Amino acid sequence: MVRVEGNGVAGSLIQVRGLDKTYRRGSEDIDVLQGLNLDVDKGDFVAFMGPSGSGKTTLLNLLGGLDVPTRGTISVAGDEITHMSRGKLTDWRARHVGLIFQMYNLIPVLTAFQNVELPLLLTKLSRAERRKHVETALSVVGLDDRMGHFPRQLSGGQEQRVAIARAIVADPTFLLCDEPTGDLDRKSADDVMNLIKRLVQEYGKTVLMVTHDPLVARQANTTLHLDKGVLVEAGGRQGVVAGGAS
Amino acid sequence: MKFGRLILANLLRKKARLVLTIGSFAVALFLFALLGVVNDAFSRGADVVSANRLVTINRTSIINTIPLSYRDEIVRIPGVKYITHDNWFGGVYQDPKNFFPQFVIDPENQRQVYPELIVSDDQWNTFLKDRQGAVVGADTMKRFGWKIGDRIPISTTIYGLAGKPFEFNIDGVYHGAKQEDDQTQFWFQWEYFKESVPDSIKGQVGWYTVRIANPDDAPRIARTIDNMYLNSPYETKTETESAFAQGWVKQFGNIKFLITSIGTVVFFTLLLVTGNTMAISVRERTNELGVLKAIGFPDRAVLGFILGESMAIALAGCVGLLLALVAIPQLSRAMAGLLPPLLVTAKTLAYGVIAALVVGFAGGILPAWGAMRMRVVTALRRV
Repeated sequence: MVRVEGNGVAGSLIQVRGLDKTYRRGSEDIDVLQGLNLDVDKGDFVAFMGPSGSGKTTLLNLLGGLDVPTRGTISVAGDEITHMSRGKLTDWRARHVGLIFQMYNLIPVLTAFQNVELPLLLTKLSRAERRKHVETALSVVGLDDRMGHFPRQLSGGQEQRVAIARAIVADPTFLLCDEPTGDLDRKSADDVMNLIKRLVQEYGKTVLMVTHDPLVARQANTTLHLDKGVLVEAGGRQGVVAGGAS
Repeated sequence: MKFGRLILANLLRKKARLVLTIGSFAVALFLFALLGVVNDAFSRGADVVSANRLVTINRTSIINTIPLSYRDEIVRIPGVKYITHDNWFGGVYQDPKNFFPQFVIDPENQRQVYPELIVSDDQWNTFLKDRQGAVVGADTMKRFGWKIGDRIPISTTIYGLAGKPFEFNIDGVYHGAKQEDDQTQFWFQWEYFKESVPDSIKGQVGWYTVRIANPDDAPRIARTIDNMYLNSPYETKTETESAFAQGWVKQFGNIKFLITSIGTVVFFTLLLVTGNTMAISVRERTNELGVLKAIGFPDRAVLGFILGESMAIALAGCVGLLLALVAIPQLSRAMAGLLPPLLVTAKTLAYGVIAALVVGFAGGILPAWGAMRMRVVTALRRV
C-alpha cells in the first residue's frame, strides 16, 4: 500500500513526513518539494511521474540518501536517515539502497563482473563468496555469459541489466530507478521493465522509479505524480491512498 | 588488496598519459640519482678521510712545494706516529683523455699512513725492490686492462720533464678497504722521480700526510707544525684531512647548492605535472566517482583511490632509479679520472623512493581531497 496523506500506519518500509527541498539559485529560493508525505510498504512498486523540474529526481535522491532535505524526515525500515552524518549515510546507502540510473553509469574500465562486484567490495565477504553473489546476480539478469565483457562491448539494454545486477547484488532494502529505460529502445526497455517486475514479484523487492514514459509507469503497481513540488496520486487528488500494491 | 584492481584499472584507462607521467617521474628520479651520486662523489673526500690524519701543504698553494727536510722535524712532534710525502706527477698515458692521478710516494711510510689502501706483502716487497716499480689502484688496472708485470710509459709536462717518458713496471695492485675508497691512483717511487727531476725539485715535496696517535691532538699538532715554519720561505698550512678534502671540493664551486637548486626545480616541475595529471584524471571521471559514492563507497575510499593512483605512478617512476643503477656505473667508467667514482648507494635509492612518494602524495592530495569532498548529487550530474 502506498499513501501520500501522511497518516500511514506504523510499519511502512518508507515513511516520508513534511519533506521540503529548497534550492538557492543566486538570490532566489526555489522550492522543489513542499511538505511532501509518503508511505511505501515493503514489496511496493511505485512510479513517479511529472514534468521536468517537478522534483522527481530530487525526491529519489532524498529517498536514497544522496541528498539531504531542507525540512522533514525520511525513515527507512525504522532508520531515520535525514539526520545521519555524511559517513553514516554512505554506510546506510551501501546496505539499503540499490541504484539504477538512466545512463547505466557503469565503470567503463571494469568488466561486467567487476562492476557488479563493486558494492560487495564494501562487505566482509570473501573473494569466493563475492564471486558466488556476482554470478547469481548476473544470472538473474540473464547475463551470466557476459561476465568478462566491458561496458563498451555490451548493448544499452545489456548495460542496464548489468547495472540492475549491481543494484541487487548486495540485496538492498529497496531499489531506486531513475528513468531506467530512458536511454533504451522499446524492446530493450520492455526487457528491463520485465526484469524489474520480476524483482518485485519473484524476489519481493521494493522499487521506486522515476519515469517520463506512461507505458513504463503503467507497469508499476502505483503511479504518483509530482506537480509543483506536491505529490498527487495518478487520479489527480492530493492526499488519497494510492492503489494497492502487492 | 581488493581495491587494487580498481586502482589498476583506472591507471590503465589512458595508457599514453600513464606512460608519459611515469616517464616524467622516471627521468626526474634518474636525474635525482645522478645528482645525488655526483654530490656524494664530490663530498666523499670528507667521508673517507681518517680522523687521525693531517695534511700539510705550502701556505701559498698546493701547487707550491715544501722542503723534504721538514719530514724529520715534523715526525719528532709528540703525537705524530708516521709521516709520508707525495708529489703530483700530472702524467699522461698515451692520450690526455686517459686521465688518472699519479703520485710520487714515499714507499717507506705509505702503508702506515694509508692502511685502508691494501697491497699484498709480496707485491709491496717487489715494488720496494724495483726502482721503476708502480702500484696501481684496481679500478685503473681494470680500466686499461693492465696486469702485473706490464711496462707502462707515462710522460709529464711539469717539473721540466716534457718529452722524457717515464717507464714503469706494474708490481702491485691496491684495493680500498671500503667501496668508496679511491682505487684509481698510480703510485711510484720517490727515488725514481728524484733522479730525473732538476736539482731545484729534488728536495721538494708536494705535501705531507701526517698520521697522529690521537685525533684530539689534531689542533695542537697542526698549530705546532705551522708555527715551526712561520716566517720561513716555505710557510705551511696544516689541517685535518677532512678540512683539506672539503677545501678541495670548494674549488669546483658550490656543488651542493647547484645540485640542490637543480633538484628542487626538477621536483617542483614534477609536482606540477603530477598534480595536473591527477586533476585531469579526476575531472574526467567525476561522474564515476559520484557513482562509487552513491553505491556506498565512503569519502575516504575515494580519497584513497586517487592518492593510490598518484602514489602508484610515483612508484612506477622508480624505474628511473633502476635505470640509474645500471647506467651510472657505465657513466662512471666512461668518465673515469674526470670525476671521482660515481657510486649509486642504497641511501641514494632510498631517498629517491621517498622523494617519489612525497611528490606522488603532494601531487595527488588536492585532486583527491576535492573528489572526497564532492557531493554525490553534484558528481552524478557531471557527464
